[in-house]
Amino acid sequence: MNTQLLIQLLVNGLVVGTLYGVVAMSFVLIYKATQVVNFAQGELLLIGAWVCWWLLTKYQVPFYLGMPITLVFMFLFGIAIQVVILRPMVGEPIISVIMVTIALSTVFSALMKWMFGVNLQPFPRVFTTQNVNILGLQVQTVYLMSLAVSLAMMVGMAWFFRLSKYGLAMRATAFNQQVAQSLGISVKSVFAMAWAISATVSAVAGVVVAVVNGVSAGLSAYGVKVFPAAILGGLDSVGGAVLGGIIIGLLENFAHFLDSEYLHWGNLYEIAPFYALIIILMIKPYGLFGTKDIERV
Amino acid sequence: MATQTLIPAGDFRTTYAADTTVFPTRTSRNAMIVGIVLICFAPHVLNEYTLSLLIQIGIFGIAALGLNIVVGFTGQISIGHAAFFGFGAFTSAYLSNRFGIPVFFCIPLAGVVTAGVGLIFGLPAARLKGLYLAIATLAAQYILLDFFARAEWFTGGSVPASAEPFSIFGYSLRGDKKYFYVVLAYVVVCYLLVTNLIRSRDGRALVAVRDHYLSAEIMGINLTKYRTLSFGLAAFFAGVGGALYAHYNQVVSNEGFGIDRSIIFLAMIIIGGIGSVMGTLMGTAFMVLLPESMEWLSVALRDSPIDQFLGLKNNIAFLREMAIGIIIIIFLVFEPDGLAHRWRRIKAYWKLYPFSH
Repeated sequence: MNTQLLIQLLVNGLVVGTLYGVVAMSFVLIYKATQVVNFAQGELLLIGAWVCWWLLTKYQVPFYLGMPITLVFMFLFGIAIQVVILRPMVGEPIISVIMVTIALSTVFSALMKWMFGVNLQPFPRVFTTQNVNILGLQVQTVYLMSLAVSLAMMVGMAWFFRLSKYGLAMRATAFNQQVAQSLGISVKSVFAMAWAISATVSAVAGVVVAVVNGVSAGLSAYGVKVFPAAILGGLDSVGGAVLGGIIIGLLENFAHFLDSEYLHWGNLYEIAPFYALIIILMIKPYGLFGTKDIERV
Repeated sequence: MATQTLIPAGDFRTTYAADTTVFPTRTSRNAMIVGIVLICFAPHVLNEYTLSLLIQIGIFGIAALGLNIVVGFTGQISIGHAAFFGFGAFTSAYLSNRFGIPVFFCIPLAGVVTAGVGLIFGLPAARLKGLYLAIATLAAQYILLDFFARAEWFTGGSVPASAEPFSIFGYSLRGDKKYFYVVLAYVVVCYLLVTNLIRSRDGRALVAVRDHYLSAEIMGINLTKYRTLSFGLAAFFAGVGGALYAHYNQVVSNEGFGIDRSIIFLAMIIIGGIGSVMGTLMGTAFMVLLPESMEWLSVALRDSPIDQFLGLKNNIAFLREMAIGIIIIIFLVFEPDGLAHRWRRIKAYWKLYPFSH
């Protein structure tokens, strides 16, 4: 057994998993606040990464400036999507809303391919040192950065929901829209804000992935991996999404390890999360921390 | 009860039979028969290119019809329809190559086998609903695609599988002109089947599950059975469509069964009209003609300022993808009932013309 490889892959899994967790968190945020399943989450990631790349390479903006500009842009972009496209869909059947987000993902991914091409573009170097030695393992600096950023996002999100006034309003809206409205919370602005925050957080994840791997259309695959993560954690649990993301990341890399060492089926890495997804849906459709909805007529 | 020539202005139907009749008047039935007879002459009049478009509309129309059973009539969401379409294509090619079964039987057989696979993936549908189900079918899409790439004995792996041309009683129906009749026959049979399915007890049960599943369950409709059944039916039609597609192209490659194709299938039924049988065909025609018309437009606009701005020649593929997404959004926002509804509105307008109000 190749322990060195296993540990390396598990570290990878942890890093990728926390990223999945961040994206799943922003996915769950939209679902919780607005009851919309966002199939375009991966495209938000992609747009964030491309915008940042564009600022950094075309305008030679330094990273510490380019990043905030990207985030502000994504914040406004999230609001724009909600106001222009999803607000008219409020009250429509769930299937229409899902279709709108699927269509949005098609539009965005095609638009990005059109504007920036289909090739992988390397991201400008952000760090000067390549590798850091931790306990005998060579860990890339970008990985550490990725882990740190992800954790920071999670802590920030937790703070926002637990302690800030706006977070409270959001939780109230998620709990019961009508009651929230009658208590003076503007549900409209909560919806818009949910999209804005989700887009911003996804963009951070997108930039992090871009710094590690470069930018390409393939980034939107993260949006698909969100589903196993979010379902595992429970669709309406932010904490569950984080945990689900980490588990899926680890599972993916463990499957890769099994595959390369023993099974040699090839490509198991890509597909394992979906088998996991089906199994979870069969056994425990509401996930680890999701609330089971009880229907009353 | 097609007895009248015109629909009376008002609802005078007194029996259930009159309410569920396929053709409300004699004229509408005759028009349909004449239409089918007329289209039989199409191969003699139209050129190869137009004919190939018609064949595509027929093939995708059958598959989209299956999707409409799940989405439109049962109210479940399926984002993995293209994978079943692909499965049907590979199954039919495999059956005819491996076991030497005549293609004539392969196509319905492929439908049955795909229906079996659909039932397996429909099992989560027994417990899940709404978006959970959508996510399960998304997983099915990826798992089946992975299976296509992996199962070399079945699909030929990276080498495209070849499919025999269609033949009946030793008479080969090769080429667009002859294959057109095969597709036409299948379209007529499938659309008749589904139209009648919706009028039957099972069809009404499916619609009841869509409209209010709790009430349906209380009235004694077995939810598990009908949800799974609708998935099986959808997969059956997808399989038949896929098989027709395989024998039309005579090769089945691993490409073209991805999620983008699934989205196109969904677009077909949304544009045509969710829960409308004839609308499905309209939507399919729309979605098949959309990329073609964009192609014509890009040729017409060559070297114009628009062309220079958009770079049409290189970017047409992306623009096409974008157009699909934008059209889905436009239809969902402005015409959620699709072309079928628009068509009814146009008919209603002309019925009382010029005294519409």
